[in-house]
Amino acid sequence: MRFMKMFALFLAAMAVTTAHAADKELNVGFIYVSPIGDAGYSYAHEQGRLVVDAMDGVKTSYVEAVKEGPDSERVILNMARKGYDVIFGTSFGYMDPMLKVSKQFPKTVFMHCSGFKQSDNMGNYFGRMYQARYLAGMVAGSMSKSKILGYVAAFPIPEVIRGINAFTLGAQEVNPDVSVRVVWTKTWYDPATEKEAAKSLLDAGADVIAQHQDSPGPQEAAEEKGVYSIGYNSDMSTFAPKAHLTSAVWNWGPYYTKVVNAVKNGTWKAESAWPGMDEDIVGLSPFGPMVPEDVKQKVAAKKAEIIAGTEKVFTGPIKDQAGTVKLAEGVTATDEEMLGMTWFIQGVVGTTK
Amino acid sequence: MNQEMIIPLLAAAIVSGTPILYATLGEMITEKSGVLNLGVEGIMIVGSLAAFLVAKFTGSPVLGFVAAGLAGLCIASLHGVVCLFFQGNQVVSGLALTIFGTGLANYLGTSFVGISAPGFSAVPIPGLAEIPVIGPIFFQHDPLVYVSYLLPVCLWIFFHNTRFGLGMRAVGEYPEAASAAGVNVQNYRWLGILAGGFCIGLGGAYLSLAYTHLWTNSLTGGRGWIAVALVIFAFWRPGRAVFGAYLFGGIMALQLRMQATGTHLPSSLLLMLPYGLTIIVLVLSSLKRERTGAPAALGVNIEPVD
Repeated sequence: MRFMKMFALFLAAMAVTTAHAADKELNVGFIYVSPIGDAGYSYAHEQGRLVVDAMDGVKTSYVEAVKEGPDSERVILNMARKGYDVIFGTSFGYMDPMLKVSKQFPKTVFMHCSGFKQSDNMGNYFGRMYQARYLAGMVAGSMSKSKILGYVAAFPIPEVIRGINAFTLGAQEVNPDVSVRVVWTKTWYDPATEKEAAKSLLDAGADVIAQHQDSPGPQEAAEEKGVYSIGYNSDMSTFAPKAHLTSAVWNWGPYYTKVVNAVKNGTWKAESAWPGMDEDIVGLSPFGPMVPEDVKQKVAAKKAEIIAGTEKVFTGPIKDQAGTVKLAEGVTATDEEMLGMTWFIQGVVGTTK
Repeated sequence: MNQEMIIPLLAAAIVSGTPILYATLGEMITEKSGVLNLGVEGIMIVGSLAAFLVAKFTGSPVLGFVAAGLAGLCIASLHGVVCLFFQGNQVVSGLALTIFGTGLANYLGTSFVGISAPGFSAVPIPGLAEIPVIGPIFFQHDPLVYVSYLLPVCLWIFFHNTRFGLGMRAVGEYPEAASAAGVNVQNYRWLGILAGGFCIGLGGAYLSLAYTHLWTNSLTGGRGWIAVALVIFAFWRPGRAVFGAYLFGGIMALQLRMQATGTHLPSSLLLMLPYGLTIIVLVLSSLKRERTGAPAALGVNIEPVD
């Protein structure tokens, strides 16, 4: 009898839920690879989530510090089971687990950041960070006296290599003889090692330190040495107030709003999106007081060209380190070429191995 | 690699070797009393978090440094409870301590990732810092490096010239004989575990107060394990521990500098160097098994005498 009563209640509850389904809130979940307070990559995504959270009829939540691999599959699966409508996985290593779960939950929208796989209900996306890197390179090249720029880099993957090349092209634009020295740490967030790597670049004569890493360790090294630094992910000026020229930053809010709106309106389709500065996904953080006005103007002019589409960054002539012409005069790299970039341009000192 | 780069390299070797040196000496104290503590990594990360939080909220890096030692001591005392009080397996307890410490620090520290706390910065010692070559290598560092210079000397004196030190060594070598001679084995082992935990915690503090002024859940990055290996490399002698820690720090600094000066060696190979060296050293030191100086009763539990 008791069971029957429960069952009746359950049915009633179901009916109520169905009746309200039409104006039900959209549940959006985010999964981050590091703690959101890292002032870096996950922090930038978290800022995007907050923008989505402020939308009408949208509820968001997040899980931070989720390890790539099996751990992430459990978290993604859990979110899907709980009935989330959209799930954003913001780290490369979530790709395969997400693809697997996406097939079990065909009604849920899965969005994977920085990967290359998709299914009917899983899209992937990333931003053209190399555009911001190019502008950051212009700032660094203008400020360098030793003509040596240091670049503390995480792993030799196309994303990072592309960023280093774009940064170097930007620096060469304003300072043709400049060289960019690269040190790989094989870490994304290890402040001690990354700071030490920056110090080694300073000892080698670099007077501007840039980074493709999530920790502000390299910024500290530049601050202590009294030279300049370029941050990444989010504005890193608090860690190096005297050194910080600018940071190449992510701005996920507009893109996340667009995706969530598309899901709400039923217009979402799985695709591979690579928006850039024209959609305000990437950019530079405010300049430090030491950056002169003419540099700011030059960068602003170049930014306008990038947004207008007249400056594509990877347009020939571009040679690799050995001097082989990779892109002939006037030829622009295709997206595929950029996404698979595994070689350094001339002017970069370091190996891609 | 020219002369102008060698002095900064050696200075960097000292700085990156210092956290390992603290931890190695801490583990050495514990092992000298006959207790193996594999929880170094966990104790270190808790120490680094305690240092960071106390420095952040009191504004005093010195208090942070002391707090790291006390936090290390508290975590290590769990090892004492398991191994001395309950006669538990030392290896299992130590491994559990690493997992526990790492988890605890992650849990408590997540919301403090990505912010800065006050810490130590370089204070050149007047007079000594101006000596050519020696000055820039040894005497232009932060105060915690100078403290670490004194520690091995104190330890050496402690182990060779004091009653307590000799008692502790006796307990590590031949606890039955020590016990028969009226030495309280359990008390000495408690001392070894707690003092060791204190030092290991200080090593963690170095990472979050001096090396960087940040905290993150992977800050120790395996340095605790290196310390365990270095105790063997050092043949349980404080002097050799100094050499080992700086050698290891030096190789870490060297591989980054080789990249910065534009070597053509693959970076993966260079990053392997410090760990490859650790393995070679362990193989070499175990070949000389007879003379390694390991405490004979290391890892053996002793029933307390009532």
